[in-house]
Amino acid sequence: MANRAPAKRDVIQGTLDLMVLQTLESMGPQHGYAIAARLAQTSGGALQLNMGTLYPALMRLEQRGLLRGAWSVTDNNRRARLYSLTSAGRRQLAHDREAWDHMSSIMQRVLGQE
Amino acid sequence: MRGLLEFVRRLAGSVRRSRSDADLEEELRLHLEFSNERRTGVSAVTQAMDKLRDQRGLPWLDALRADVVFGWRQIVRHRIASVAAVLSLGLAMGAALAAFRLVDAVLMRPLPVADPSRLFVVTRTSLSVDQTFEDRDDFDFPTYRRYVERAREHADVMLLGMAVRRNVVVDGGQPERAVQQFVSGNVFSGLGLQPELGRLLDESDDDVPDRHAVVVLSHDFWRRRFGSDPTVVGRTIRLGSRPYAIVGVVKRGFTGTEPGIVTDFFVPSMMNAEALTANGWSWFRIWLRPKSGVAPGQAQAALQAGFDVDQRERARAFAPDTPKARIDAFFKEQLQLRTAASGASGTQKTFRQPLWILAALAALLVLMACANVANLLLARAAMRKVEMTLRLSIGAARGRIVQLLLVESCLLALIAAAVGVIFASWAAPFVVSMLAPPEQPVRVILDVDWRTLLTATTLTMAVTMLFGLAPAVRGAAAPLIDALKEVRGQRAHRRLTDALIAAQTTVCVFLLFGAGLFLGTFDRLQQRPLGFDPRDLVQIVVDGRRALSGAEWEQLTKDLEQVPRVTSASVAGWSPLSGNRWRSSVTVAGGPIQQNAPNWVAIAPGYLATMKMRLVEGRDFRSGDVPPHGDKTTPPAPGVGIVNQAFARAYFAGNSPVGQRVTVDSSTAALEIVGMVADAVYFNVREENQPAVYIPFESRPGGTLVVRTESSGPDVRQTLRQEVARLAPGMEIRDVAPFEAMVTQQMIRERLLAALSAFFATL
Repeated sequence: MANRAPAKRDVIQGTLDLMVLQTLESMGPQHGYAIAARLAQTSGGALQLNMGTLYPALMRLEQRGLLRGAWSVTDNNRRARLYSLTSAGRRQLAHDREAWDHMSSIMQRVLGQE
Repeated sequence: MRGLLEFVRRLAGSVRRSRSDADLEEELRLHLEFSNERRTGVSAVTQAMDKLRDQRGLPWLDALRADVVFGWRQIVRHRIASVAAVLSLGLAMGAALAAFRLVDAVLMRPLPVADPSRLFVVTRTSLSVDQTFEDRDDFDFPTYRRYVERAREHADVMLLGMAVRRNVVVDGGQPERAVQQFVSGNVFSGLGLQPELGRLLDESDDDVPDRHAVVVLSHDFWRRRFGSDPTVVGRTIRLGSRPYAIVGVVKRGFTGTEPGIVTDFFVPSMMNAEALTANGWSWFRIWLRPKSGVAPGQAQAALQAGFDVDQRERARAFAPDTPKARIDAFFKEQLQLRTAASGASGTQKTFRQPLWILAALAALLVLMACANVANLLLARAAMRKVEMTLRLSIGAARGRIVQLLLVESCLLALIAAAVGVIFASWAAPFVVSMLAPPEQPVRVILDVDWRTLLTATTLTMAVTMLFGLAPAVRGAAAPLIDALKEVRGQRAHRRLTDALIAAQTTVCVFLLFGAGLFLGTFDRLQQRPLGFDPRDLVQIVVDGRRALSGAEWEQLTKDLEQVPRVTSASVAGWSPLSGNRWRSSVTVAGGPIQQNAPNWVAIAPGYLATMKMRLVEGRDFRSGDVPPHGDKTTPPAPGVGIVNQAFARAYFAGNSPVGQRVTVDSSTAALEIVGMVADAVYFNVREENQPAVYIPFESRPGGTLVVRTESSGPDVRQTLRQEVARLAPGMEIRDVAPFEAMVTQQMIRERLLAALSAFFATL
């Protein structure tokens, strides 16, 4: 009898999706840990994703057809599940980036006036 | 769009796991390996796995599946209680479904024609004896002609004959019974019907009296009788002595316009030639479809205006001393339009009330069964307290427990619904066959369609809520209350149980009361004196091609009396209980005003003796007696008549009417009363005894022979049929029926309702 999952959709979710897509766009196919490590690194350690946040997000993006996941072998010969962008994922990324840029420029202008 | 895709994948993930748990765990384990992290360990993996599982499928669906599996196990575990619940619910739901199918088929289902909501049937409303409004929807042809003219600008006026069974000869074989409807040429186009084969009738098939010997077959008759023969167009069938060419077959689904009777073939109205000029010979309904953009009210107003003119015209013929009250009542008559979206039939009229009562009974039965099962579940919930407490204590949400219990109820209801559907598929035709006499089978189209399925589904949901919700909420709430305050919880539980038992008892009492009421009605009808003796009495309805003179009829009955086992025979216009009625008003000089005209019927000498109707005073008719005559064209001529006691009470204050004279209003002819008989039923067994006038039987083509025999078994009826065919060749024998069966038939409604409600009450 699993209890209903807490369906709180926090603000981070949308941005997390965008960050994951962007990471894969710039780095090519990666496994989950590499994505988390990369995000931690680029954010200067501000973003520490735990497994319970990262993997459900990857699964969700996969279910939406934005990512494709497959078992493979890494450069240094270790088994891992690699995620790559689909063409739909690329389109989504472009769209979301634009939306984000637009939004943040508005925010900047609004906040700058204060 | 992406959201939809995610939903579909998650749905698939719930049904068939896209990635196994092991696969997910492997990925997480490798993540930990990469990170070289030791401390996070097991609990982080477990937490992440929970979230992944939720994301993989649809959590509520997974939960639902678990509930269904668990619920099914519960049902199987409590086998006996479950079977009891399913049976009582299933039977009740079956009864409700059967009732719905009947109500739907007879009263509600729209005709399969174009835009049925804009079809209307013309009715004439008048005040009847007991001051209630009475609707009549049968008309004669001259009236129809006038209405067509008057409504021409507002509506298409159509003629749809009463569906009647008559003899048909196919391929020179034995005559067989089939249902005929006369139609005017504009009916098929007016209803927007298409042919399956050949063509349908149009105006050119219906313009010259007696000239259009063509028929259109119904799809059902074509399939049943002609084996769906594609070459049927051009073949002929014989009606009476005349061959009729089959010109087409109407598309499947259209079975005539009278729910309760399935029409087999359609004949142009012009073929009922002798009825075309007859005033007062009512043989069809008038349908109309307002022209587009015209409100039905406009068509009605046009018809009403004309009707008022007709009424004034008729009133002019009244005797100058006609009481004002009668004239007032006469002018209160109105023409109305009744919706004909579901057709118009006598079956609807007769069974409207009983069918709704049946449906109400079935609904009550469902309520009772629900209360029953709810009680059962409550008892079980009490037993499952431990289980519920455990669930709550490990953190199950209360909503989830309600869901679990409702799923169990829903499973029960679904199984019960399946039982119900099977029961209903058997019960509905059974009830139909109970309602219908073998001579006049009612055929109802009982196709299972989306309406039935929708009802079944709605019923199932409603029933689940009805019997499942209370125990479910109680089940989810009870454990903690009980755990905290044992006493209060029990009291609350008791209160609900008491309420359910009270509801059950109320419904039971109601059903018993209803059963008693119906039994009482039935008993009263059964005890009612008919005024004649139906035992070993047979009626033979005949119809000839030419009019037989009074003497010829007398000869025919004399010949019939020579047949072995026949004790006496006579003839009348129609027999009691035949559902025929002829009313005509009379005036007694200085007598009281009567709201309603008496019933009339023509009878031959010996009729009263054959029927064993008691002659109270005076004499029977004898050869040479004539009825009063006269109409607009011929001058009035006096005649004789016999009246009943109700007539004497109404017109002569109970004094002897024998030897008195009364005036027939329609012809102003005098009628001399030569005898008085005891009251007898006329129209049907339910109707109170009304004033009646019997007049001598004269020259006419058809009538009803009444034959008193030593027994009225099938063999005697067979002999009689053969003898009539031999004695009166060319005469069409429409019906041979024992009177006892006719009387029983008249009470079938009451008997059925009484039996059913008694049956329900015992349940």
